[in-house]
Amino acid sequence: MTTRRLGSAALATAILGLGLYGGALAPARADDTITLGAPVSQTGIYATSGMHTANGYDFAIDKVNAMGGVKVGDKTYKLAIKYYDDESVATRSAELTERLVNQDGLKFILGPYGSPTTIAMAPIVEKLQVPMIEANGASRSLFTKGYKYTFAVLSTSDQYLSSAIDLIAEKAKEAGKDPKDIRLALAMGDDSFSQDVRAGIVEAAKKYGMQTVIDDKLPDAFTDMSVTLTKVKALKPDVLLVSGHEKGALTAAKQIADQKIGVPMVAMTHCDSADIIGQVGAAAEYTLCASQWASSLTYKDKWFGSAADYAKAFQAKYGHEPPYQAAESSAAVLAYVDAFERAGTLDPQKVRDAIAATDIDTFYGHIRFDPTGKNIAKPTVMLQVIKGQYQVVAPSQWATEKVVYPRPQ
Amino acid sequence: MDNLLLLFQAPPLALQLLIDGVLIGAVFALAAYGMALVWGVMNIINVCQGEFVILGGYVALHAVRAGVPALLGVPAAAIVLFAVGWIAYRAVIFRVVERDLFISLLATYGLSILLGQLMSLGFGANLESFDPGFGSWFLFDGVVTIAKVKVVAALVTLVIAALLVAFMRRSRLGQAIRATAQNARAARILGVDTDRIYAMTYALNAAICGAAGALVMMIWVIQPFGGLIYTVRSFMIVVLAGLGNLPGVIVAALGLGAAEQFVAFILNPQLQIAFVFSALVVILAFRSWRLRRHRRYLA
Repeated sequence: MTTRRLGSAALATAILGLGLYGGALAPARADDTITLGAPVSQTGIYATSGMHTANGYDFAIDKVNAMGGVKVGDKTYKLAIKYYDDESVATRSAELTERLVNQDGLKFILGPYGSPTTIAMAPIVEKLQVPMIEANGASRSLFTKGYKYTFAVLSTSDQYLSSAIDLIAEKAKEAGKDPKDIRLALAMGDDSFSQDVRAGIVEAAKKYGMQTVIDDKLPDAFTDMSVTLTKVKALKPDVLLVSGHEKGALTAAKQIADQKIGVPMVAMTHCDSADIIGQVGAAAEYTLCASQWASSLTYKDKWFGSAADYAKAFQAKYGHEPPYQAAESSAAVLAYVDAFERAGTLDPQKVRDAIAATDIDTFYGHIRFDPTGKNIAKPTVMLQVIKGQYQVVAPSQWATEKVVYPRPQ
Repeated sequence: MDNLLLLFQAPPLALQLLIDGVLIGAVFALAAYGMALVWGVMNIINVCQGEFVILGGYVALHAVRAGVPALLGVPAAAIVLFAVGWIAYRAVIFRVVERDLFISLLATYGLSILLGQLMSLGFGANLESFDPGFGSWFLFDGVVTIAKVKVVAALVTLVIAALLVAFMRRSRLGQAIRATAQNARAARILGVDTDRIYAMTYALNAAICGAAGALVMMIWVIQPFGGLIYTVRSFMIVVLAGLGNLPGVIVAALGLGAAEQFVAFILNPQLQIAFVFSALVVILAFRSWRLRRHRRYLA
C-alpha cells in the first residue's frame, strides 16, 4: 500500500507543479502597464514555433521597458503580455481571444503562432473590435476577407518558396536551358500554411511553364517521407520543394541524406527553426531555406539597432541565433509601440487607425500595411546552408554568398 | 496511375517500397505488441502508448548524448521506461484495472496528456533527432537505398520479439502472465499474485515502448507531442492481428507498413491514413462475416 501511496503522491506533485507553472505565467497588472494578450502554443504541434514566438515577444517587451517604456500622450507605460496556451488548436485560440478581451479586459492582441490559429482569431478580433498585430500567420486567406483589425508584419506564405522558382529559372537560363524544361517535385504538408506555399510555387512555375512531376501532400501526422523520396529518385526532378513546418524540414533533411537523393536543388521552409544544421550537420549542406528575415540584412531601428545587433543580443539571452519567428514577433511588439505613441491614447479604435497608418523601419524590415492589413514593404529572403552557416543568396542586393547550384553530391 | 506504370518500368522501385515498408512496420510492431499484451492481460487499451515511445526516445537521446553508444540507448530506454511503467501502474493504473473499459481509456488518456506536458517541460518542445552515422546500402545503381539504421531497428525488433516469446513460454512470470490473461480469478485462486502480474505486464509494455522509442529517435524525429501516431498505429495493428498473437502482430505490422508505402507511392501520401482506416473497416467486416458463417455452421 505504501508504494501505491507514494506513487499517488508523486503524481499529485507533478500535477501541482504543472499548475504552479501555469500560474507563474500570468503577469501582474497595474495602471501604468499596457498588457497585450497573446494566445500562443506552449503545447501541441506548434510548441516549438510557439516558444520562438513568445521569446520574440518577451525579448521586445523587455527591451522597450528597459528603454523607459511607451510614451502615450504625456504618460509613460510599461508593457506586459498575458499568455494563454492555445494547445495548437485553432478553436482554442478563438476562445482564448474572447477570454482575453471579455474576461481579462485587454484591448490589444498579439497574434498566435501559425496560420490556422490566426485564421480562427481574425473574425473574433473583428467582432470585438480590438486590433491584433500578428507575426506568424502568413496564410493569404487572412487578407482576402476584408478584415479591418488584423495586421501582419510578415510576408504572406505564397512568397516563401516562389523565390526558389525564380532562382532555378535564372540558373536554367544561365546554363542555356529553357525554364520550361525544369521539372519540379513538391512535398507539401496538408495544412493551410503549406498549401499556401504550394499555391505560390504553382503560380510562379506557371509563369515559366515549368512542369510539376511530383505533387505529394504529406498528412499532418506523417513520420516518414521515404515514399516521396523514392518518387524523386525515379523521376529525377530538378528541384525538390518541401514545406511541413519544423517536422517536415527535419524529416526531409534527414532522409534526403539517408537515401542519398541527388536532386540538384532542395528548398524548404522552417529550416532554421528546426535547427537542421545542428540536428543533421553536414547533411544539411546546400539546402535552400525560405526565410522572413536574416540577421545579415541591413535594416535598422531605434530600439535594437541593426538586425545583426538584434541577433547578438538575442543570442546572449537565449543561447541560440534568433529564428525569424522570434524576429518577426519582436517586430509585432515594435509596431504596437509605434502605434501607441502616434495614437497618443489607449482607445482601441484610435490605436487601430494608428496601426493602419504605420510606416516605420525596424531591425526586421520596413513595416507598412496595405488596406487588407498585410505588410507590403518587406520581401522574403532565400538562405542557403553553406559551410554550416545560413547565407543569404537571394534577393541579390542582400546576398552574402553566391548560390551553390547544382548541389555538389 | 503514372506512378503505377513507373513500378512496372522500374521493378527495383517496388523492392525499395517493400523494404522501406517492412522496416518501418517492424518498429511499429514493437509498440503494437506492448499494446496487445496490456490489452490481453489487463483488458486496458493503453492510450499513452505513444507517449511511452516518445519518452523512450528522449531517454535514449540523452543517454547517447552523454556518451553511451547508440545501440545501448535501446536497453537504457527500456530499463528507465520499465520503472516509469511500474510507477504509472502503482499510481494510476491499479485503480482502473478490472474496471470498465471506458474508465481505463480515460485514465490512460489523462496519463498521455500528463506525460506529453511533462516531456515538454523537461526536454523542451523542440524536435530532436540523432544520427547514429550508420550510413546506407546502395543496390541496383543506387535505385534502392537501405538506411542501415532501419535494418538495425528491424533486427533489434526481431531480437526483442524472440526474447519475449521465450519469456512468455518458458519463464514462471511469463506463464503467470498468460494464466492471468486467461482467467484472472482462477489464477488468483491458484496462488498467482495478479496485482504483481499486472504491474509487471504494464511495466514490461512500457519497457517495450521505450525500446521502440530509442529506435524511432534514430530513424525519424521525436517531439513531446508526437506520440499519438504511435498509439493509433499500435491500435490498428492489434485490431488487425487480434489479441495474444505475437506472430500475428508482427505480420500485421509489416504488412500494413508495406501496404501503406505502396498506397502512398501509387496514389498520394495524403491517402495513407485513409487507406489504413478503410482497410480496418474491410477487415472487421470480413471477420464478422466469417464468424457469422461459422456460427450458422455450428447451429
